[in-house]
Amino acid sequence: MALDQSYVGRSYPPSRPYEVGREKIREFAEAIGDENPAYTDVEAARALGHADVIAPPTFVFAISFAATGDVIDDPELGLDYSRVVHGDQRFAYTRPVRAGDRLSVTSTIEAIRSMAGNDILDIRGEVRDADGEHVVTAYTKLVARAAEEA
Amino acid sequence: MTASVSYADVEPGTELPAREFPVDRAALVRYAGASGDFNPIHWNERFAREVGLPDVIAHGMFTMAEAVRVVTDWVGDPGAVVDYGVRFTKPVVVPDDGVGAVIEVSGKVAVKLDDEARTVRVDLMVKSAGQKVLGMARVVVRLA
Repeated sequence: MALDQSYVGRSYPPSRPYEVGREKIREFAEAIGDENPAYTDVEAARALGHADVIAPPTFVFAISFAATGDVIDDPELGLDYSRVVHGDQRFAYTRPVRAGDRLSVTSTIEAIRSMAGNDILDIRGEVRDADGEHVVTAYTKLVARAAEEA
Repeated sequence: MTASVSYADVEPGTELPAREFPVDRAALVRYAGASGDFNPIHWNERFAREVGLPDVIAHGMFTMAEAVRVVTDWVGDPGAVVDYGVRFTKPVVVPDDGVGAVIEVSGKVAVKLDDEARTVRVDLMVKSAGQKVLGMARVVVRLA
């Protein structure tokens, strides 16, 4: 069943702030096997002009995607998450995420389309720090595959 | 932001050093823990086959994280990345055979975007087992 077009433009309240810790960044960098010292060595990060260690570019997805849970779980929207696959992902950065950040995400449904029975949902997550300054915007395209014919 | 590659030194067509990133089941379990994405298609073969996949597949976000390393290693400062987007076109299948899979990444400068901001767009080619796994993989990065 096609999703309701009237949800386009709907925004959800800002997510509970996520505090970015140095050790969480280290854990993520190790999990992707990336030894760039900017992720683990404060002095190396400062030498590059950053206030603290920074996170790898895709680190913020865990935070932005958790916030899209409000959209995915919205019973009125009626998305069947068991059929959802990740179509596209994009990040537009004002600055890198860094240790000490308290990040909050505001999710907005940008577009809803229906193609060959698939529902395609574009969600924009604006990620801001504790001062309300923009850090990064995450653009996530979810595709809910058509239900199998009974 | 301090990139180690100078804007003046690159042209459209400039190639970045290509890389190969191995991925096995242990790497996926580790990434699941670090990222909080515990979808069983990334670690449970029985479940993956039940939902129609050939085998366990890598997290798309894992592949996205590996691919951009070609750019961040090139410029030195990961904070120089201004914009990064991909399309997930094919899954990276990771068999439990003691070897796993390999993600092959190459990249080249597609266009110099802004002489003042010193930004360029790098287009990435990302393959595994001979198939393109990411489409439209584009990184805008600020150079020195």
